Amino acid sequence: MNVSAGMDVKANPDVAASAAAGPILAVSNLAVSVRTDDGEREVVSGLSFELERGETLCIAGESGSGKSMTSLSIMRLLPRPGARISAGAVHFGGKDLATLDERSMQAIRGNRIAMIFQEPMTSLNPVLSIGRQLIEAIETHTDLSRRDARQRAVEALKAVRIPEAEARLKQYPHELSGGQRQRVMIAMAIALAPDILIADEPTTALDVTVQGEVLELLRDLQREHGTSIILITHDMGVVAEMADRVIVMRNGRMVEEGTVEEIFHAPAQRYTRELLAAVPKMGDGSARGDVEPVGSISAIAAVNDLHVRFDITGGFLGRVTHRVHAVEGVSFNIPASKTLALVGESGCGKSTTAKAIAGLVPFTGSIAVNGRDLAGLSGDARKAVRRDVQMIFQDPYASLDPRMRVGDLVAEPMLIHGIGSKAERGERVAALFERVGLEPGQMELYPHEFSGGQRQRICIARALALRPKLIIADESVSALDVSVQAKVLDLLKELQEEFGIAYLFISHDMAVVENISDRVAVMYLGQIVETGTRDQIFGDPRHLYTRRLIEAVPVPDPARRRGNFTRLVHEIPSVTRRVGDEPQKLRLEDVGDGHLVAAGTGMVG
Amino acid sequence: MIAYLGRRLVQSAMILLGVSLITFALLYLLPADPVRQIAGRSATPATVENIRHQLGLDQPFIIQYWRYLTHLVQGDLGRSYIQRSQVTELILSRLPATLLLMLGSIVCELIIGLTMGIVAAVRRGSATDQSLMVASFVGVSAPQFVVGLLLLYIFAVRLSWFPIGGYGSFSHLVLPSLTVAVMSAGWYARMMRSSMIDVLRQDYIRTARAKGLARATVLVRHALPNAILPIIAMIGIDIGILMGGIVVVESVFGWPGIGQLVWQAIQRVDIPIIMGVTLVSAFAIVLGNLLADIVAPFIDPRIKLR
Repeated sequence: MNVSAGMDVKANPDVAASAAAGPILAVSNLAVSVRTDDGEREVVSGLSFELERGETLCIAGESGSGKSMTSLSIMRLLPRPGARISAGAVHFGGKDLATLDERSMQAIRGNRIAMIFQEPMTSLNPVLSIGRQLIEAIETHTDLSRRDARQRAVEALKAVRIPEAEARLKQYPHELSGGQRQRVMIAMAIALAPDILIADEPTTALDVTVQGEVLELLRDLQREHGTSIILITHDMGVVAEMADRVIVMRNGRMVEEGTVEEIFHAPAQRYTRELLAAVPKMGDGSARGDVEPVGSISAIAAVNDLHVRFDITGGFLGRVTHRVHAVEGVSFNIPASKTLALVGESGCGKSTTAKAIAGLVPFTGSIAVNGRDLAGLSGDARKAVRRDVQMIFQDPYASLDPRMRVGDLVAEPMLIHGIGSKAERGERVAALFERVGLEPGQMELYPHEFSGGQRQRICIARALALRPKLIIADESVSALDVSVQAKVLDLLKELQEEFGIAYLFISHDMAVVENISDRVAVMYLGQIVETGTRDQIFGDPRHLYTRRLIEAVPVPDPARRRGNFTRLVHEIPSVTRRVGDEPQKLRLEDVGDGHLVAAGTGMVG
Repeated sequence: MIAYLGRRLVQSAMILLGVSLITFALLYLLPADPVRQIAGRSATPATVENIRHQLGLDQPFIIQYWRYLTHLVQGDLGRSYIQRSQVTELILSRLPATLLLMLGSIVCELIIGLTMGIVAAVRRGSATDQSLMVASFVGVSAPQFVVGLLLLYIFAVRLSWFPIGGYGSFSHLVLPSLTVAVMSAGWYARMMRSSMIDVLRQDYIRTARAKGLARATVLVRHALPNAILPIIAMIGIDIGILMGGIVVVESVFGWPGIGQLVWQAIQRVDIPIIMGVTLVSAFAIVLGNLLADIVAPFIDPRIKLR
């Protein structure tokens, strides 16, 4: 990882002069205003902080806290014409960035202050090659020849540990995985050895094992170049892992500032304490009573040897040339009142499994709900089984029709299945609203009038409307702030006890999974590699992949910061295969008490 | 790629076959009688029937169509009823003029439409944006013969910048091209504006700005290629609309292209010419769409032809 050779520190009189003088960046009394229908509204108010050389400052807060607006105003990239810096100053290198003209700002952006964003999938231009996007950043700020700029781009890609850096230059963003794209973004940001790197939720959209690698990469780069980092995140685990100092923000104001130890071990403000308390932690999943071994009670959902494959056609006659092996021989049972968590990284087939059970994708194998096999049923009987299975989706903003009243949205499943009169439905919806913690009076409102957490409660009410036996919760709390997340999880647990519903809970968040599940199944490349009770999986993981998943979760405690993270040598292979090239079936071995582990190389102990 | 092209060519042939069948059927059902046009008003019924028999127009529809089709696959579009010469020759002699006008129109409408759209998108919500959108709306709604006559009056009659009509030099080309372009330019302006506004909101534009690129560079290098993608598909479809405009404009400006040819043919129910021009136009539209689809992957690497 010898990159410094190619990236000599630029002669920078301003910074050199101010180096001795203290902080590299000083924000004082910053205010950001956004134009709304009812006039201007301040989304950041009276914010002051300093960033020291070589330190990592985390700005933590929930949605709407103003943390992203703060980072965008330092870069002067606030969305125009809606938002503007309405007061305050941002001192950097003897200049006030808040009032600097656009041309001088361009010389600073990407060169001395660089930024990486949350969404690696959409942050790179899809029609330009990786090389072009990297090289243009270098050429904009240096006088290097095309060849030298190219050389530096390759070095930057090597620095972020992208294999075959040279060959990547010719590739386009869609040919790279999410983790690799985020590395390209980081390479772009560090190629010019900036003084400050602003990372706005850099790992939120990534899988947990990839998150670990990207965070470690940022740490290494900081160690090598002494870059100051402003890390913006909602994830207290990431804060604990990365921060030297922390700023907690809420509603556009700073709640508390302190070293990472102060914030985590002796928080002074109530809000900070609440925020920390709401963070789901691994290793303290509340005890949920005894877990019966498999098969002892009749299963609400019984899935046996489920396969879901998608054909890819090609050639003149449109013959099937490849298949996506999304789900390959998955089997599990979920008894009443129990929760099975399906975990794994993106593309492992967990959501496809859920869709097959909900009848949204064609499958082979058998799925029985409440004793009735879906495969042998005609249309009407199938519809009756559907009543027993309901889904709650990830994005509460996208899963409610914006043009329907929320009361009608909750009543719709009953309407579809022809249940009750209009008056009866109205009564039932009112009761459901009360049960999920909303006011029946809110039934007449539209989805946009609710917060994210409230919307997810509406989705839960809608799922409950048909009194289902099984609810599939696909990343249902992932988009919510931690404080809201905890409350929604509690609601789900209460409802389960009250109605005896079985949950299939799909999540990438191991801490949430430990909190809610009775049993856990770990999926990798469409197959289950390990399954067992929650305690078996979290207390005694026996498959390498399960261990990686658990290890990768950042612990919200700066005292338990991890040293080095085991690196994934290879990218996760593709599940798209040539016709005839069937993936190898994993054989699950019982290592005691229904704890099943895929036999072979991955098994440990 | 080869397989893709092969499949597309088969599809194109099917489309042309369909167009020929529908047009032939419509002309067959037409109440106007081509034989009357050929024979003239004073012809005796015997002469009329004689001509009808010679042209094979007394045969049942299926036989007539089959005969046309068998000639068509040999590249024979038949003879004009009125002018007695080969339709293929008539069309070929006039095709260059029409292609030139078409090219001129496409260039005009793209330059005008895209520029208006980009400027409007960048200055979204401003007075410039609003006046450009009003202008585009006027362009879309104004009938072409009105636009043509207006342009003629202003630039040819009053200002004498361009000739009133005719064919032969670049200055002859300007006014007809502009006339054809006005309507489509209005469409392109509106499409480009909304496409551009959409692209300017994307995360990668923010990334480009965060690199410190100048505003113009962000616009030209990062936004434009993405915004123009939907427009390219549009150009393929647009060739059909252009053909309609060209028939009108060629008459207004006395442009010796296939538009005028077909215009005269329609008035005289000269079925072979109408059929021939329709098929050539359909071929142009099919070809335009195929080209648009082939060009797309060169701009957007995510598009794979298969």
